[in-house]
Amino acid sequence: MSTTDRDEMSGAETTGHEWDGIKELNLPAPRWWLIVFLLTVIWGVGYMVVYPAWPTLSGEGNRGGTPGTAGWSSYSELSDSQQEIMTRRAAYLADFREASYDDILADPGLFEFARAGGGAAFKDNCATCHGTGGAGAPGYPNLNDDAWIWGGTHADIEASIAYGIRSAHGETRVSQMPAFGDLLSAEEISAVTGHVLSLGGGDSSTPLGAQIFSEQCALCHGEAGHGNRDLGAPNLADAIWLYGGTAGEISTQIRSPRHGQMPAWSGRLDADTIRQLTIFVHSLGGGEGAEDSGGSAR
Amino acid sequence: MQHHGKIERNSILMLILVVITISIGGLVEVVPLFRQETTIEPVRGIRPYTPLELVGFNVYIKEGCYNCHSQQIRPLRDKVERYGHYSLAAESMYDHPFQWGSKRTGPDLARVGGKYSDEWHVVHMKTPQILVPESIMPPYPHLAERGATLRNIDDHMRALQAVGVPYSDEQIANAYRDAVAQAQNELDPDDPLYARYGDKVNTRNFDGDTTITELDALVAYLQMLGTLADLQAYEPELATTKAATDETGDAR
Amino acid sequence: MADSIALAGAPANDVATPPRTETTVYNDEIVKKFTIATMVWGIAGFAVGLLLALQMAFPALNFHEMFSFGRIRPLHTSAVIFAFGGNALFATSFFIVQRTTGARLWNDGLCTFIFWGYQAFILMAGLGYLFGVTQGKEYAEPEWYADLWLTIVWVAYLIVFLMTLARRKEPHIYVANWFFLAFIITVAVLHLCNNLAVPINLASWKSYPVWGGVQSAMIQWWYGHNAVGFFLTAGFLGIMYYFVPKRANRPIYSYRLSILHFWSLIFIYIWAGPHHLHYTALPDWAQTLGMTFSIMLWMPSWGGMINGIMTLSGAWHKLREDPVLRFMIISLAFYGMSTFEGPLMSIKSVNALSHYTDWTIGHVHSGALGWVAFISFGAVYHLVPVLWKRDGLYSNRLVDLHLWIATTGIVVYIAAMWVSGILQGWMWRSYDSLGFLQYSFVESVVAMHPMYLIRAFGGLLFVVGALIMAYNLWRTIQGKTAPTAATPNTYRTQGAAA
Ligand code: HEC
Ligand code: HEC
Ligand code: HEC
Ligand code: HEM
Ligand code: HEM
Ligand SMILES: [Ca+2]
Ligand SMILES: [Ca+2]
Ligand SMILES: [Cu+2]
Repeated sequence: MSTTDRDEMSGAETTGHEWDGIKELNLPAPRWWLIVFLLTVIWGVGYMVVYPAWPTLSGEGNRGGTPGTAGWSSYSELSDSQQEIMTRRAAYLADFREASYDDILADPGLFEFARAGGGAAFKDNCATCHGTGGAGAPGYPNLNDDAWIWGGTHADIEASIAYGIRSAHGETRVSQMPAFGDLLSAEEISAVTGHVLSLGGGDSSTPLGAQIFSEQCALCHGEAGHGNRDLGAPNLADAIWLYGGTAGEISTQIRSPRHGQMPAWSGRLDADTIRQLTIFVHSLGGGEGAEDSGGSAR
Repeated sequence: MQHHGKIERNSILMLILVVITISIGGLVEVVPLFRQETTIEPVRGIRPYTPLELVGFNVYIKEGCYNCHSQQIRPLRDKVERYGHYSLAAESMYDHPFQWGSKRTGPDLARVGGKYSDEWHVVHMKTPQILVPESIMPPYPHLAERGATLRNIDDHMRALQAVGVPYSDEQIANAYRDAVAQAQNELDPDDPLYARYGDKVNTRNFDGDTTITELDALVAYLQMLGTLADLQAYEPELATTKAATDETGDAR
Repeated sequence: MADSIALAGAPANDVATPPRTETTVYNDEIVKKFTIATMVWGIAGFAVGLLLALQMAFPALNFHEMFSFGRIRPLHTSAVIFAFGGNALFATSFFIVQRTTGARLWNDGLCTFIFWGYQAFILMAGLGYLFGVTQGKEYAEPEWYADLWLTIVWVAYLIVFLMTLARRKEPHIYVANWFFLAFIITVAVLHLCNNLAVPINLASWKSYPVWGGVQSAMIQWWYGHNAVGFFLTAGFLGIMYYFVPKRANRPIYSYRLSILHFWSLIFIYIWAGPHHLHYTALPDWAQTLGMTFSIMLWMPSWGGMINGIMTLSGAWHKLREDPVLRFMIISLAFYGMSTFEGPLMSIKSVNALSHYTDWTIGHVHSGALGWVAFISFGAVYHLVPVLWKRDGLYSNRLVDLHLWIATTGIVVYIAAMWVSGILQGWMWRSYDSLGFLQYSFVESVVAMHPMYLIRAFGGLLFVVGALIMAYNLWRTIQGKTAPTAATPNTYRTQGAAA
């Protein structure tokens, strides 16, 4: 084919080939294109020298690659960037670690610091069960009110959080309510349900119900149903229910208790965070002073 | 450029040159990764999945959870703070295929094991919005109704053995039995399941239902995620050098 | 063949074509079939995308296990990439290779097999997903039996393509065919290496991939990235290299640029896979390779855009007259944009924010909707009147309407995803002044809701546009012209003129 074929419109030379009416101009690649391409290559090569980039034959170096002149690794970058966060926290962190819970309550700066940290951890770890505002959900206790199953002092709360309740942790809080569905007849269960309902005020109790309650239940929940924090037996007289307060829900619980689990957080969260969470939960509304926690029913 | 005419006139030559051109990058990047001792950082505790967890892993793939959930905590400070220690290569070494994901519509699950109770997972899988009203996760009630397919789990393990997962013949022979055993409450502490897979195996009736369902398997899988590696003993400085491998013991 | 086109002396528009002496009868039946399949699967795939988008705004739309998000997301990606994009590639490559070699496709029977075999693959894969049959590897979800079947179909494709090239009348192979050849052979290599698997037994659909853990991740994204590079880029550049000069009726801007960017593109693309694995457990050195080669990929990618857009030099007025050409040029603009955004997102510090967020989704769809779908639309608008031997399209105004609705849809879609992606990335990493994480994960989910609504609206526009296109094509095939064809049909297809 002729090599001097020219495009009429631009006057540029074509390659002389033609496919289904399509021709090609024999123009050079744009200069700027070549230059920018070259620059990216130069930059790339430079980057490869500075950072880990090529697998080594021997397997030495940063996980089998050249280490790079900057001595950088993604793990070293992590610790550097964590330092920056630690300096932000540093304003309070050292004092926070030294301070007792009472000291923290007495120092508004420390208290705000702890609440902020606890609040942040709460949103990502606890809110899924206890609700965004800590108001709980069926089976998951409300942490805003002053009804505590296991106690509302800082020490109680910290133990609940760190070791969990019926969790896999060695020091977990444990308690078991027997499944009375196997022990009592349907009639007896409905009688004792009536008695439980009457504990908070009301007249649904029967002699049979009262008798069963004092024989079977008072051991844990107390004669008046005020509960026992050592045993994790909830107060039944305060109209606050973990699993709901209708006759049906109560008798279901008596027949086959749910035994909800609270995971242990020590090991997953660090000690500072657990202490911050304790302050946060305590401050939600129901926190008790040391003198409140008799360890048993009020 | 003139020489290019030669390539343009010979389709087979062009084909061969294309194949050579595209092979180089792949070979340089992929082949060195098979040097396990530098690619996979040494950490203790990693084991292949128990039969029940393996069924759970397959439920996870079948439902396409990886389309929303990543399983890869990158060494970035906020990820590490939110989800826990960054993921190590060893932690997914028995995943065929890997489940690192590419989109985080839901949170990372690499260390979700032990974060919640079984009961929470059961309710959450059936209807996520009961527990997290803002959630956009789909409900999976059918998992609770469908029995887990345990019958041929030994076939699965044999295929995995063939691709390099170190299942022993004993583990394969007892696969069905071990799957059933893991789903029982109050398993005898001397049960051979523990001898075969270690003390850390969670054994219980995960979904509270008497039959062994897909949900049992899935929850068993989720509750194990991220709990195997002994991260306390893991030292990143050592891991980045080859020499350290022999001292720290291996992940395999 | 009754409805094949006799090309002898067909005037290629107003360009003087040297008269050919022999008559070639092309196999356009097969191209027609693939063209119809392109449109059918395209609309199905876009509709599933719309459903996904709505599910992310309204989770109650996960109404049945078979249509829950986790199962239909792969249905969407496979439908749009492999069913829509794949059929478009078959249709155009078969059309182009015949026109640019002046030879009929080799072996009609094998071509028919490729068509039905490929549709069978799509059904096998897609139905499988609905029932939970998947390998769980993104863009390679089909199980072992479907993978094997695809291998057979693909080998047949390679053979037909090579055999047709071998019959060419022009000694030089046209640049579009370089790209098709690279696409076909590389996709074969990628598919085979990534899908190696051991079935649990031959009677079961279930298999376990050979590769595990970090190697599985690297090989998967070597595959995944190059599915983008060779399926969604090289193949579609092949389409571009024929239809843009054809439609503009101008020579390709620079032959030398073609050579440079072709070889640099295919060489460099292969290395860039690790940018999908930044900061993961993949060793640092591999991540650096992924990042640096991604940056170096910028200019080779733009080479195609430059060659396409500059081909119009001297013929810019055609853009005003021809809405089909507008589709193609807008697609090149989106191609340029997404191949600029891609290298940007490959920079590790950018990726630390963007990875796992909606930003990636925005990037995907500027490439997928703007480039892949638009260049395909342009090609199909060109093909239908040629294949069915009509004077022109039923209505150029509807093409224009489609163009604007769809372009608005894309812009809305990707703008929403930029906002939500950056917001998401920022919320995840924000610390307050005391050094505590500021937002919980769920708070970021809540913050995305408005953007998900807007994105769904953009998607809806895109689907509406595609329906308009289908209607327009349908009427064209019926042989109709719009009653109020106020815009003149400036582009007359040469096939009809013959
Ligand atoms: C898997 C769900 C779950 C998660 C997550 C969870 N909890 Fe709990 N939590 C429970 C359950 C269930 C109980 C009640 C157990 C019982 O029956 O006594 C409980 C009890 C408690 C108690 C004791 C309440 C009392 O009345 O004595 C405190 C305090 C508490 N949780 C705080 C937290 C904190 C702080 C977090 C996050 C770090 C958290 N919880 C995460 C389920 C959970
Ligand atoms: C061994 C101790 C024990 C005994 C005996 C016992 N309980 Fe309980 N009770 C508990 C514990 C622990 C819980 C919390 C269990 C849970 O989370 O499922 C509980 C919870 C309950 C609740 C649910 C409270 C709520 O807030 O929703 C009711 C109602 C109840 N008990 C009633 C009874 C009745 C009636 C009896 C006797 C028939 C009884 N209990 C006997 C320990 C006991
Ligand atoms: C449409 C996306 C989507 C799909 C598909 C999905 N999820 Fe989720 N997932 C979410 C979102 C959003 C959240 C956060 C809100 C919540 O806790 O429900 C979440 C939360 C979770 C959590 C709690 C994680 C934590 O640390 O709080 C678990 C566990 C989980 N999903 C498991 C699964 C499993 C298993 C599957 C598949 C069977 C699945 N998800 C499918 C979106 C999804
Ligand atoms: C109406 C048009 C479309 C809509 C509404 C749509 C919507 C969506 C949605 C909602 C997702 C899931 C995003 C997520 O998980 O966060 C998605 C993913 C995806 N879509 Fe589309 N899509 C459309 C068209 C297309 C087209 C034409 C293509 C390709 C040619 C495409 C390719 C993809 C890919 C590759 C993904 C996966 C992205 C990733 O994993 O990062 N989509 N799409
Ligand atoms: C120079 C060219 C390009 C480069 C360097 C590039 C780079 C990238 C990067 C960095 C990501 C994000 C990875 C992550 O964080 O997970 C990505 C994702 C993606 N890109 Fe590109 N891109 C390019 C061009 C394109 C084009 C033209 C298309 C489409 C036609 C495309 C389709 C995709 C898809 C589908 C994904 C999502 C993969 C997934 O996570 O599922 N890219 N790309
Ligand atoms: Ca993806
Ligand atoms: Ca596959
Ligand atoms: Cu990529």
